[in-house]
Amino acid sequence: MTAATWTSDEIMTVAAARALGDGMSCFVGIGLPSTAANLARRTHAPDLWMIYESGTLGTVPAHLPLSIGDGVLAESADAVVSVPEVFNLWLQAGRIDVGFLGAAQIDRYANINTTVIGDYADPKVRLPGAGGAPEIAASCVEVVVIVRQSTRAFVDRVDFVTSVGHGSGPGDRERLGLRGKGPTRVITDLGVLEPDPDSRELVLTGVHPGVTVEQVRAATGWELKVAADPAVTPVPTDTELAVLRSLTGAA
Amino acid sequence: MIAPLDEAIAELVHDGDTVALEGFTHLIPVEAGHEIIRRGLRDLTLVRMTPDIVYDRMIGAGCARKLVFSWGGNPGVGSLHRFRDAVSAGWPAPLEIEEHSHAGMANRYLAGASGLPFAILRGYSGTDLVTHNPHIKTVTCPFTGQEVAAVPALNPDVTIIHAQRADRAGNVQLWGIIGIQKEAALAADRVLVTVEEIVDTLEPVPGQVVLPSRVVDRVSVVPGGAAPSYAHGYYERDNDAYKAWDAIGRDRDAFTRWLADLTSAATATSGETL
Repeated sequence: MTAATWTSDEIMTVAAARALGDGMSCFVGIGLPSTAANLARRTHAPDLWMIYESGTLGTVPAHLPLSIGDGVLAESADAVVSVPEVFNLWLQAGRIDVGFLGAAQIDRYANINTTVIGDYADPKVRLPGAGGAPEIAASCVEVVVIVRQSTRAFVDRVDFVTSVGHGSGPGDRERLGLRGKGPTRVITDLGVLEPDPDSRELVLTGVHPGVTVEQVRAATGWELKVAADPAVTPVPTDTELAVLRSLTGAA
Repeated sequence: MIAPLDEAIAELVHDGDTVALEGFTHLIPVEAGHEIIRRGLRDLTLVRMTPDIVYDRMIGAGCARKLVFSWGGNPGVGSLHRFRDAVSAGWPAPLEIEEHSHAGMANRYLAGASGLPFAILRGYSGTDLVTHNPHIKTVTCPFTGQEVAAVPALNPDVTIIHAQRADRAGNVQLWGIIGIQKEAALAADRVLVTVEEIVDTLEPVPGQVVLPSRVVDRVSVVPGGAAPSYAHGYYERDNDAYKAWDAIGRDRDAFTRWLADLTSAATATSGETL
């Protein structure tokens, strides 16, 4: 095999973009999710309907926004609505197919922390907080999480549950009245994890080219279960890389 | 109705008030926040869905006793270091926090603007926000028996927003990303709007929100008053300024120097007389 001609962030973003189907409605967070969604729309999913929580529905930004409410999002949107409308009438009403979330910490049941590292009252690191994530995790039909994999981020139990993944196992989402399926895929710079259909615990189901299962285990803060025959992510195409680099300015 | 910014702040905002300066990335009333710092206001309960660098500055300047919010960061850049320092180290003063999700805050304003005691939403269930915030509860639907989250109405003493323009009577027009400004204004006891300009007639714009003058107490003409955020149709977001804030906000000394510069500078206002 030749040396990789892409970075670990690039293969993560490409893998995340591929998780989005054409015609889906997608609630997009800023950062890696936004890069992946815009990559998908410019490659295999031209009719991806992107929503940003600033109220821009069906936006087609000419370049990647730095913030969730850049003017470029409003200029190209099918509609610009108020914040209560985007959360109540669009997200809460179940009109969004897939929510794309990042995480500071994620645990074996894909619960997400973006609030504090350490104790809430006396935090080691104070993070920005919830934003739209708790209700995105609750109400989108499904959720895709993008996060770089390390033992710091992949912890046995998150310090703070900002957004519920699969709670503490089977039946928890139903018990809590969460109507979406929750996280169906966690895409990292090393591979892909999916919840086991029965236990709801994250299982390594795929690795990126050149990554070993042992590497992924070493970057996980719990004893990671691994699928019998993990898939290897297909290498990024020239088109995917060219479009991605045109978006990120790494061309 | 139309008053210079320093007079409007002096008249409408007092020590100990609950104050919301709203704007969802767009039309953030930054200069009004700076004037609050210049006046040395104290013990404010600051409210905002997305406290960003102007809240970082007010917190660092010691204006706030408490912050009610749902996402506190420097959008696209990282953390708010003055906010972090206040929460973690109590510098320059301890900061109490009350934390929600965006959906929760949006519905709190909506209830406040609607004259209701509380709002319901599908949200919060299973999160630790419920554990740490006594203002998040549940209610049972009297019709279906479903359990949903309940949050109390939010009624600021003062809401401050920035808009593109107003007419001479004080009718206010804004467009582009409209955020939560209408609800935040209608929920408040007193409303101050800073605007890019005063015009004779408000020509209709697609997607506009118009706040009738009867719900507005004061309008101040502050061209560029939302910078480094942006005013759709007037100027763009200054992303470099947000990035540059990171280094200043990170360091108490650099921030203290920034603060000295701000408080020695004159109030930003056009001085336009009408």
